[in-house]
Amino acid sequence: MSVREATRADICALAIAECFRNDGEILVSAMGTTPSLGARLAKATFEPNLLMTDGYNLLLRRALPLGATPTDDDIEGWMPFGSVFDTLWWGRRHVMMGASQIDQLGNQNIACIGPWQHPKAQLLGVRGAPGNTINHTTSYWVPNHDARVFVPSVDMVSGVGYDRAASLDDSSSRFHEIRRVVTNLGVFDFNTPDHRMRLVSVHPGVEVDRVLASTGFELVVPDRLDTTPVPTPDQLSALRELDPQGRAQKEVAA
Amino acid sequence: MIDKRMTADEAVADVTDGMTIGFGGWGSRRKPMAFVRALVRKGVQDLTVVSYGGPDVGILCATGQANKVIYGFVSLDSIPLEPHFRKARQNGTIEAVELDEGMFLLGLRAATQRLPFLPTRAGLGSDVLKINPHLKKVKSPYDDGEELVAVPALELDVAFVHMNRADASGNGQALGRDPYFDNLFCMSARQAYMSCEELVSTAELTRGGPLQSLLINRMMVRGVVEAPGGAHFTECPPNYPRDEKFQRKYAATAKDDDAWKAFRASYLDVTEAEYQKSVAS
Repeated sequence: MSVREATRADICALAIAECFRNDGEILVSAMGTTPSLGARLAKATFEPNLLMTDGYNLLLRRALPLGATPTDDDIEGWMPFGSVFDTLWWGRRHVMMGASQIDQLGNQNIACIGPWQHPKAQLLGVRGAPGNTINHTTSYWVPNHDARVFVPSVDMVSGVGYDRAASLDDSSSRFHEIRRVVTNLGVFDFNTPDHRMRLVSVHPGVEVDRVLASTGFELVVPDRLDTTPVPTPDQLSALRELDPQGRAQKEVAA
Repeated sequence: MIDKRMTADEAVADVTDGMTIGFGGWGSRRKPMAFVRALVRKGVQDLTVVSYGGPDVGILCATGQANKVIYGFVSLDSIPLEPHFRKARQNGTIEAVELDEGMFLLGLRAATQRLPFLPTRAGLGSDVLKINPHLKKVKSPYDDGEELVAVPALELDVAFVHMNRADASGNGQALGRDPYFDNLFCMSARQAYMSCEELVSTAELTRGGPLQSLLINRMMVRGVVEAPGGAHFTECPPNYPRDEKFQRKYAATAKDDDAWKAFRASYLDVTEAEYQKSVAS
């Protein structure tokens, strides 16, 4: 794909990359296509010290294009699952997960739809979400922002939100941080006095009303609302190099 | 040294109804499938299956032999959710104990250390504690007084693992890039059995890879089974990648009872030799 005007997917990938700004020398685990691309963009440009794997067990010293097979020269270390658990308990990790449901206070569900005991739909299960969210920084990516995902309350709390964290001892919740939620419509965070989800920016061309109509709870909307930054020409060519087949373009609906 | 060679059918001979069985590997990676197939042939019932689950869990759900599954996840990797497990959950045919992936590891570690539990923050604030009312919290006895989840030991009756290479006395070698937790599964069990792609002499075993690849020592296992293709259709690098085509065929049987019956007749109600012959062709 040649360099041309930035698409919605490019803007999302940059917004994801920005989640990892100033993270420094920690392990980034980005689940899914656009998060992988965004994390690689961060490492390839402004956050070169991030540690990232090939999705399996190799730590790679440079950001490779999506789908590329690492050579021996790309390897800088080893991160089998046992080391992933040690690292996440150590806290030097920032994960970006998906969310089948997410609520106003950042509780996330990837486990099931309906009551867990008799699920209408079994989804992934909680996987590592409980341990991730209580041990280190977490962000979320939602490629299809709508009111079935942004719900008043989730069916099963997999990733811990701010109300659940607040119900714990201070010592138990001290490592909890939901940094940001990036969707195909905008960027969100929890930097409000009561940690309710706030609209930070809408992507170019997205009306605020559309975001509100696609969200099943009341969003905090600041008086001054930014537009999500568009990649610079340099960032855009980096994105084309990191995703030569345009996989992220297919994931993100405008 | 002791010769522990046996067949997979001999290894499952002592597995009886109601036992708690653990499987090594991870998702659809280096799973001890020859043992799973032997358990299906034996027809043992009412099993509690403990696993970072893949088709080991799915097959034993589909045959109705698992009535309880304790898991951190059940996935085929390239197919994110194991379809036979999904079906069993949605039809309510199994009892499920769903743990955070890290909690699951601590449960194995507690069992290997013969401790009642190990503490962790994982699970605090999440619904994992609600869906598992048996999970209790513990308060740090030190000045911090922190409240933590006490993950109970995952004690197993029998564990099964698959290695790339092993010797006759039960030393095993994992030549892939991730050892997973197969040693912990063996040590969490009252008895454990190891299959391998290739049975070699002890001298050849230690020559054939770095010492760090010798994951299993002979204290950990009671029996060794040479089973080339014993992880099929899951991956077993460097011996072979996942058989994605076969896995898709297996996955599709979750939506079609007749297809499942045909799959079972062709690939499960047969000897391991017949299975290997038919998947090779």
